[in-house]
Amino acid sequence: MLAPLDLQIARGETVGLIGPSGSGKTTILRLALGLLTPDAGVVRFRGAPLDAGNVLSARRQMGYVVQDGGLFPHLTAAQNVELMARHLRWEAARIDARRSELVELTRFPADALERYPAQLSGGQRQRVGLMRALFLDPELLLLDEPLGAIDPLVRAELQDDLSAIFARLDKAVIVVTHDLAEAAFFALRLVLLRQGRIVQQGSIETLLRAPAEPFVTQFVEAQRRLTVTRNGGSA
Amino acid sequence: MKRASALALLVVVALGGRNAAAAPPLRVGSKAFAESVILGEAAGQIAAAAGAPVEDRRALGGTRLCWDGLVSGALDLYPEYTGTLREEILKGDEASNGASGDLAALRATLAARGLGFIGPLGFDNRYALAMREEVAGRLGIRAISDLARHPELRIDLSNEFLRRRDGWPGLAARYALSEQRAQGLDHELAIRGLAAGALDVTDVYSTDAEIARDGLRVLTDDRGFFPRYQAILLYRRDAEARWPAAFAALDRMAGQIDDATMMRLNARVKLDKVPERTVAADFVAERFGIRAVRAEEARWPALWRRAREHLALVSVSLLAAILCALPLGVLAARRPRLGKLVLAAVGVVQTIPSLALLVFMIPLLGIGAWPATAALFLYSLLPIVRNTHAGLTAIPGPLLESAQALGLPRRAILWRIELPLAFGTILAGIQSAAVINIGTATLGALVGAGGFGQPIFAGIRLDDLSLILEGAIPASLLALIVQGLFDLLERILVPKGLRAAPR
Repeated sequence: MLAPLDLQIARGETVGLIGPSGSGKTTILRLALGLLTPDAGVVRFRGAPLDAGNVLSARRQMGYVVQDGGLFPHLTAAQNVELMARHLRWEAARIDARRSELVELTRFPADALERYPAQLSGGQRQRVGLMRALFLDPELLLLDEPLGAIDPLVRAELQDDLSAIFARLDKAVIVVTHDLAEAAFFALRLVLLRQGRIVQQGSIETLLRAPAEPFVTQFVEAQRRLTVTRNGGSA
Repeated sequence: MKRASALALLVVVALGGRNAAAAPPLRVGSKAFAESVILGEAAGQIAAAAGAPVEDRRALGGTRLCWDGLVSGALDLYPEYTGTLREEILKGDEASNGASGDLAALRATLAARGLGFIGPLGFDNRYALAMREEVAGRLGIRAISDLARHPELRIDLSNEFLRRRDGWPGLAARYALSEQRAQGLDHELAIRGLAAGALDVTDVYSTDAEIARDGLRVLTDDRGFFPRYQAILLYRRDAEARWPAAFAALDRMAGQIDDATMMRLNARVKLDKVPERTVAADFVAERFGIRAVRAEEARWPALWRRAREHLALVSVSLLAAILCALPLGVLAARRPRLGKLVLAAVGVVQTIPSLALLVFMIPLLGIGAWPATAALFLYSLLPIVRNTHAGLTAIPGPLLESAQALGLPRRAILWRIELPLAFGTILAGIQSAAVINIGTATLGALVGAGGFGQPIFAGIRLDDLSLILEGAIPASLLALIVQGLFDLLERILVPKGLRAAPR
């Protein structure tokens, strides 16, 4: 499904993966996590190729956040967040400390920690998903449409929070979204995909001023029209 | 079948053998009808009085079961009929096809298999044709050949007799009854119809209690068509070697029970509703001067004993089934192709009729609680395997992917994520297995496993509704209680988050 592509990301950098649905954005994240193995080529994490022997420890150095949080419905918010730490037999004090840190970082209401996912709002579920992804303090954060299921008002608030968190954490972050504006908000470097191929990489300005091919302009125009319509509608 | 036996053996190994007693007792069986139970009881009481420890295996569900039990060593002795041996069990066996009544040939055939028999006991329980005394007297009918002169008589026969080679087809040919038309009917209904005058001739067994009660005339078999069904006590010769005194005492039963005596004993059980054990005890006391060692059980202790037996059958088989079915269900969910095979296999087990499955178990596990437990175990597999498989495969893919992406190893995903999420479905499977099990366990009475099936089948045998209810009511109550317990268990154990209402 993916054409041959070369994508690298360094610590402290946030990359926005954009493109129409089916362009291969999620596939890239799943390759990075070792959930898929490439037919050809190699996925490297910290310079070492991913294989069956190191994939578990590599995943623990990556945080993965999906649309609506991907929370386990039979576990409370706290249990979801602490799942891996408990599996790795962290001491209780260490778990408590880390949880408090993350509650503060993600501005999650502490009294909702004992609730089950079904009892949380969409925004709260997303914050729990983020806490879970960050719990082991990973080097790489992968977010797949993290705000896709959130209503617009909460969405703006979460965008601000996420952006602040990325800045504070200084990690390598890949955000997948189909929303150009959102990608530009999070990331300086955008990667536009189409049918499994990288069409263009660069800042939003590069994409606007020096499109590599007509599709780039097409994609940007379509997004802009949507934005205008949305603003017009709400005014 | 091979798979079934392997699983059954597995259960036995898992639970440890119980039949390891030093000196095996004398296991006395009987078939599930009054006459057989009376004879088995009488034999048991005589053997017990002669010092043998007797184990009661009464009212087993059919000839095949008793015979297989005897051959495999699960039974030591049970009442049988020479005609049944020749027509059903040893058919095709050269030595048994001697002249009717050639007992020496039969004895030789059995001896070659390590078996022997006591008797004949005196009476014949063969097919016969019967009419009301009043009608037969008026028409001057004494023998079957007289029927040829009366084509106007209405002949209704039991369905089995109508079809059997040694029934109506052969009889009509031998007696040239070509003008008579015969209808098929249920045996009990035919006898009632005869007494009520709705029909004129029907088939009976020559020791049927109703012959005396309803004043029926049994027509003479003047051309000697019906094979003889002489009652005998069939036994294993190794049991005779173990308990020679008991067998010497049992030998005294030979020739002691004629047609009239047997009919009277049957009538006490079937018409007067006296328990078989009491009837047998009275007979043994009167004829041989032996005081019964074993008394009839009182109602409440009997109920308590049956409840214990029933619960043991259900709980042991269910526990073993859970231990086997859970891994099978997980395997089926993990490997879809193998899973189809596993589901098909446990599904096939489910289609085996319960009685057939019980009979399969006899040569492997003998008679008593083990074959019943093994059969119940096999029946419990399907609901648990299927629900485990269904519960696991219903978990959304993205959720599992989230678990993998966290870096959880496969085993931890199974224990921490998959099994808790599927738990409600799995529990429901165990619940239906348990409830079905409680019902099916009543069939255990047919292989001597006891339980609530015992009074149910005795009640059916004796046409005694209150006896049927004595087993059916506690069995249904038990099913309801277990159902309730599982509902409670679900409330306590199913993770709250799966039931929590959205805010």
